[in-house]
Amino acid sequence: MILSALLVLVAGAAAAPLLYRWMGARAGWVLALLPLVLFLALAARLPDIADGRPIAERTPWIPSLGIDLAFRIDGLALLFLLVILGIGALILLYGSGYLKGHPLQGRFFGYLLLFMIAMCGMVSADNTILLFVFWELTGIASYLLIGFYHEDAKARSSALQALLVTFLGGQALLAGLVLLSIATGGSFSLSETLEQREQVTAHPWYPAILLLILFGAFTKSAQFPFHFWLPGAMSAPAPVSAYLHSATMVNAGIFLMARMAPALAGTELWRGLATTAGVATMLAGALLAYPQADLKKLLAYSTVSALGTMILLLGLDTVLAVKAAMLFFLVHALYKGALFMAAGTVDHETGTRDVRVLSGLAKAMPLTTAAAVGAGLSMCGLPPLVGFISKELLYEAKLAAPYIGPAVTAAGVAANVLMVAVGLIVAFRPFHGTLNHTPKPPHEGKWTLWLPPLTLALLGILFGLAPGLIDRGLIAPAVSAVRAQETEVTLKLWHGINSVLMLSIATVATGFVVFRLRHRARPAAERIAQSGPGSLGPARLYEWLLEGMVQCAKFLTHTLQHGSLRGYVGVAVSVMVAVTGAALLRVWSPAALVWDFSDLRPYEGVLLIAMIAGAVFAALSNSRLAAIASLGIVGFGVALVFGMYGAPDLALTQLLVETLTLVILVLVIYRLPRIASRSTPRQQIADAILALSAGAVITVLLLIAQNLHPEPVLRDYFVQNSLEAKGRNVVNVILVDFRALDTLGEITVLAAAALGVGGLIWLRPRRKQPEGGES
Amino acid sequence: MGSALAITIGVLFAVSIYLLLRRSLAKVIFGLMLFGQGVNLLIFSAGKMVRYRAPIIPPDATTPPAPYADPLPQALILTAIVIGFGILSFSVALIYRAYRSRGTDDLETEEETR
Amino acid sequence: MESLFLRTAATLIVPLQIGLSVFLLLRGHNEPGGGFIGGLVCAAAILLWGISRDFPTARRLMRLHPTTLIGLGVLTAVGSGLAGSLLGLSFLTGVWAGSIPWLPFVGEVKLGTPLYFDIGVYLTVIGVITQIAFALEEAD
Repeated sequence: MILSALLVLVAGAAAAPLLYRWMGARAGWVLALLPLVLFLALAARLPDIADGRPIAERTPWIPSLGIDLAFRIDGLALLFLLVILGIGALILLYGSGYLKGHPLQGRFFGYLLLFMIAMCGMVSADNTILLFVFWELTGIASYLLIGFYHEDAKARSSALQALLVTFLGGQALLAGLVLLSIATGGSFSLSETLEQREQVTAHPWYPAILLLILFGAFTKSAQFPFHFWLPGAMSAPAPVSAYLHSATMVNAGIFLMARMAPALAGTELWRGLATTAGVATMLAGALLAYPQADLKKLLAYSTVSALGTMILLLGLDTVLAVKAAMLFFLVHALYKGALFMAAGTVDHETGTRDVRVLSGLAKAMPLTTAAAVGAGLSMCGLPPLVGFISKELLYEAKLAAPYIGPAVTAAGVAANVLMVAVGLIVAFRPFHGTLNHTPKPPHEGKWTLWLPPLTLALLGILFGLAPGLIDRGLIAPAVSAVRAQETEVTLKLWHGINSVLMLSIATVATGFVVFRLRHRARPAAERIAQSGPGSLGPARLYEWLLEGMVQCAKFLTHTLQHGSLRGYVGVAVSVMVAVTGAALLRVWSPAALVWDFSDLRPYEGVLLIAMIAGAVFAALSNSRLAAIASLGIVGFGVALVFGMYGAPDLALTQLLVETLTLVILVLVIYRLPRIASRSTPRQQIADAILALSAGAVITVLLLIAQNLHPEPVLRDYFVQNSLEAKGRNVVNVILVDFRALDTLGEITVLAAAALGVGGLIWLRPRRKQPEGGES
Repeated sequence: MGSALAITIGVLFAVSIYLLLRRSLAKVIFGLMLFGQGVNLLIFSAGKMVRYRAPIIPPDATTPPAPYADPLPQALILTAIVIGFGILSFSVALIYRAYRSRGTDDLETEEETR
Repeated sequence: MESLFLRTAATLIVPLQIGLSVFLLLRGHNEPGGGFIGGLVCAAAILLWGISRDFPTARRLMRLHPTTLIGLGVLTAVGSGLAGSLLGLSFLTGVWAGSIPWLPFVGEVKLGTPLYFDIGVYLTVIGVITQIAFALEEAD
């Protein structure tokens, strides 16, 4: 069922451009039905999964390697799937309005569905290799989506940047998964691997496995210092930012950590790595977000901060922290998706995203304003929104963390204060106050532009007022899957007056002050951001590495592909002489070299001398006809040697080919200029020395080889089975039966050569156009 | 004949490599041709050189009368000879084309496309 | 290259050569010969015709364009391999069916996919050699 669902989405992705040609932007509405139906179907299975009965299926793919199309939807996968499909349907709707009239909108829908397939496949995969395949597919799909405005050089380069950074992590992930499979006895089955926690954590490779897998997770989820690709990826269209960079792809790393937690978590290394990365990212993201003026940049950096928070929570590795992480994932997807879409609508309708310009849009765009404010309040963590519950749980988990609780809580408060300020900048600044002049006169967008963000914002309020809708059914199964044990989750809006509530109030109050002070604080914050966490450092390093790689490739190409045939031949022959010569010297002994002229018959001697003379004469002669004639002597001599030594087929072939070669040479050689000696005597001597040493190496090699008598296993097999193949000429039987595939390859090469000759001579660019002028 | 043939093959290699290092296109073609001959002979004679009989089974027998030559290298060389011809022809056509478009048969001059 | 002697000689030799090439092809499984050698002999015959008269005449003699012949040859060889695949054996496995009891000069010819394969080789070689020769002859 899961595989067929994915295939339905594949069909949708393939049909998207056609559908668009047929019905225009409304294709998005139809395509949105696909994820919507899947969403509802999954939601119907929610009780089953909450009761601990996951949906599982397995189709063999590469059985010999233990790689199956195995899928398993447990609580964790379900939570992610519902977010991916639910927000995906809204994004398709939103994209139909946002990109209306764009000539490649059909392709856009296709890419979006492709990405959805990759995400769904990844979160429901039950085979580590399959998970990796989908993981990389999300990267490819996101490359296409980020670079959707492909005429824009900046969009292309940020798409490539996102691709390279996450692929780097992907390679590490693959290595980690393979090591993990070896450490657990060779199985690629994810559910089997997850049950072998003791074996994994006790394995000597555990640190390497953990580092590699976490590296993959951290690059994908934009953890410091790999965070720089995420703000860069904001050159994507708004629906892409809302989908990939808030709700789905950037959470792939979170998912990976959560998925792997049953096997990998619970060690000091896990806690140390994840909390360090999480705290650093949380603070860096918040600090970098605050001074931004671009709506999308503000949101992007705040996403970095939120991702850091989730990694930190998973790193704390307590039940409470995992609960907080799962809830925060859902809450963040809801409010950040809504805010990204609202920001996109504002951009779409006013022509700018600069918060210093935008003001007083509330009257003109009431519904977008409602969506933004609803989501913004959730981001700030105010009651009665679900963001408040989430923030309470966050503080609770941080405070309760063993040993590092106070430090982590302090960092969390600092980051949250800035997040409140950023939330206010994004959700209130553009809508509050008096209307400012904007590039386009502001007005409300079409329903497709305000309905999706408003839906997400309303869900935030709904889940805040009635947390019972999600706690037992959705969050608890996810937490159970991450902790690998049955866990109860009960969410309440009101916990009474306690230290957590005090922290919340203090955070919001301070955040409001920081928001009011933003004009004065911005320069200082910018200074801190640029000197401290080094916003540009990793990005510069990336550019420097990329440029260095290109320069290195250029240098190598120029050095190795210099275009001089003499150079190529010289290097190849010198290496052959040096390597083979060195090998020969190692086995050298006077006994190894047997000179034996005893059985040389006089006529054979004459033949060989004639061949040598012919070859030497061909090299020295400057007459074309004389050279060809003496080459003929060599060729016919070779045919005679074949004939004398039991190879009549070879002799015949050689004789015929030699004749034909001479015909070809005569056809062409007289159209080439006379042979001229161009090399200097010094060059000639150097070449001669190289050529003679190569000849000497070959002769010695051959003399040694002639005295080795390996067991002729193949010969005996072919000879003894030749009659079974109904042939008495064993050479021919080998050619057309035993090794016919080789022969097939060889006649194909011949065909290619002949087609090449025909192409070189018959097809050629016309030198002069009829209209005149050189081409 | 083994040792004498080894010397001959060595000479073929030396001469062909010398020719491949020339600057004149015609000489490079000759070098390619000789190189092919040398390689085929090298494979052929990289075993004990005895005047074997051809590996052909007489009508009244099930195996060829010993001693017979190894058929496998023969099958390899047979296709190698024909392919060598194909490659040589392709090189000749390429060289000819290059000569026509560059206007010189000197391999070491800078490109002067006409 | 017009020469009465060459023309007369070619008129006599070329039919013999073509006959010889078929003979070499068919007996190749049992005696020296086969697709490669047969193809080379036949191609040499066509070139001899071209040299003794002119190449357009030789092309007309062939009826098929060399490129077509090459394609036909490779397809024949591939097709002979597919017979094995269709029978559930691996690609290019020899399948034998019946024989022609006697042909002049050749004797018994056993019919089987290796023979068709060799015919494919024969056609390819003819196509390749003539294509190369015609192309180089026409080069300006």
